[in-house]
Amino acid sequence: MYLYPKWVRLWHMLNAVLMLILILTGISMQYTGEDMKFLVGFEKAVKWHNLSAAFLTLSFIFFVTGNILTENGRYYKLKKQNFWSDLGKQMRYYSWGMFRGEKHPFPVSLERKFNPLQKFSYVMAMYVAMPLVIISGLGLMFPEVTINRVFGVSGLILTDLLHITMGFFLSVFLVIHIYTCTLGSKPTSLFRGMITGYHDAGDH
Amino acid sequence: MTSATVKYLFVFLLFFSGGKGFASGLDLKLAKTGPNDTTTFRSPFFDDNERCFICHGQNRYEYTNENLGRQVRAMMFSERVVDRDEFYESNHKSFSCTDCHSSDYIQFPHSGELRMEQSYNCIDCHGGDDKFSQFSFESIETEYHESVHFKLGEEGFSCWKCHDPHEYKINIRNSKNISETILYDNNICLNCHSDFDRFQLLSDREEINILKTHDWLPNQEAHFKSVRCIECHTRINDTILVAHLVREKEYAVKACNECHSQNSMLMSSLYKFQSKEQRKDGFFNGIIMNESYVIGANRNQYLNNLSFFIFLVLAGVIAVHIFFRIKKKH
Repeated sequence: MYLYPKWVRLWHMLNAVLMLILILTGISMQYTGEDMKFLVGFEKAVKWHNLSAAFLTLSFIFFVTGNILTENGRYYKLKKQNFWSDLGKQMRYYSWGMFRGEKHPFPVSLERKFNPLQKFSYVMAMYVAMPLVIISGLGLMFPEVTINRVFGVSGLILTDLLHITMGFFLSVFLVIHIYTCTLGSKPTSLFRGMITGYHDAGDH
Repeated sequence: MTSATVKYLFVFLLFFSGGKGFASGLDLKLAKTGPNDTTTFRSPFFDDNERCFICHGQNRYEYTNENLGRQVRAMMFSERVVDRDEFYESNHKSFSCTDCHSSDYIQFPHSGELRMEQSYNCIDCHGGDDKFSQFSFESIETEYHESVHFKLGEEGFSCWKCHDPHEYKINIRNSKNISETILYDNNICLNCHSDFDRFQLLSDREEINILKTHDWLPNQEAHFKSVRCIECHTRINDTILVAHLVREKEYAVKACNECHSQNSMLMSSLYKFQSKEQRKDGFFNGIIMNESYVIGANRNQYLNNLSFFIFLVLAGVIAVHIFFRIKKKH
């Protein structure tokens, strides 16, 4: 079934490349040493990080606008009904059911692109972590606009802690996201779907 | 795309402001400031000094011209004006003017020959004296002799160009406010380096635009407010508090990670005498965080460990999952 329209695939591709650059350059800045250039040198890391962040912000606005203007947004609406039990079912499937040949509890359809666990993690990543990482990133890029002190603590420290914490969660999300994308009928089939736009009916 | 272009790209997206708004660029000639002097000092030479300050304490002075037979009002040459308040807050506040200047100055009009009097240098009083040994003036002099400034000695460069004896007050050693110290110390450099009239007295070089020559520096304004010029433009010396070996621009620190790292050189320069507190709530170089925050230098050990732990657990879970997938041939 055709599940991923062109604009979503384009955004996803761009988002993936930018996130990888941002994570690698972010780690380079965080762990740079006097005598060692961790991954990328600090100076290059700053330039690439800033540049990629600018494009990521634009790409994020494009994504949110796309979700508002098209029907793609409906896939990100969390429902209170059976929220926790559905999450539990999906967790149980990943950790137990799939090894015993059980059927997927939430098969993919045009009405339900994401399983409950996917939906929850995507909403947290795209609608909580991303805005926070962008806002805190802006605060670090323009330190002159950051609140100087909050309850006696430097506003820059808090902004940076928020930034690296959100960056860290997004990195964890990325690793889990990439791994769970190997859980299709073949390890590569879900990746292929994101390129062609078609989801294999046998995939979860 | 340059970092400046990236910034502009962000401007229209910017919806985050802490209330201070955008700074309109750095005003290089920063407001004159220094640590507040809390003493209510009364110089034993106050009355004696007043004989000088009556003319030299402000821009305008007045005297009786006996030839003309009338009072004359004139403007004092700005280089000969000494601000009373600044003098009585300075390191030399307990001095009488004639401790350093000829007692012949008491006569007015001053003799023309007095203008040729040779002024003391720091080391003339402070050198070889155990009382001042903690300040290591001899090492400072050695460093100064190797610095680019010493080469300008022929043109008239001396200690006083940076440390005006009438107003200089020791700063970093007693500072409880690093931001003010940075501002005070940087103003010493900018006094010549952003004032071409003064700069020309010592050099034939063309006018330097400091903002342009530091264009490569990301977040330029934040850097100028957070570190002293000498952090990058001197060679660090472990034996003295403030490095005096100002080097040619080619030797200036340009590698970001010299400061932005766990082994930040700021700990042996700007925060040298406050760096006993190596960790603060798990942050590396925690003392810096009293006044500033340096990406790369102030990472938090606890968060580092936690993030490594979470990634290890994640890798473990994925490895176990893969193992069972292979075992069950899923």
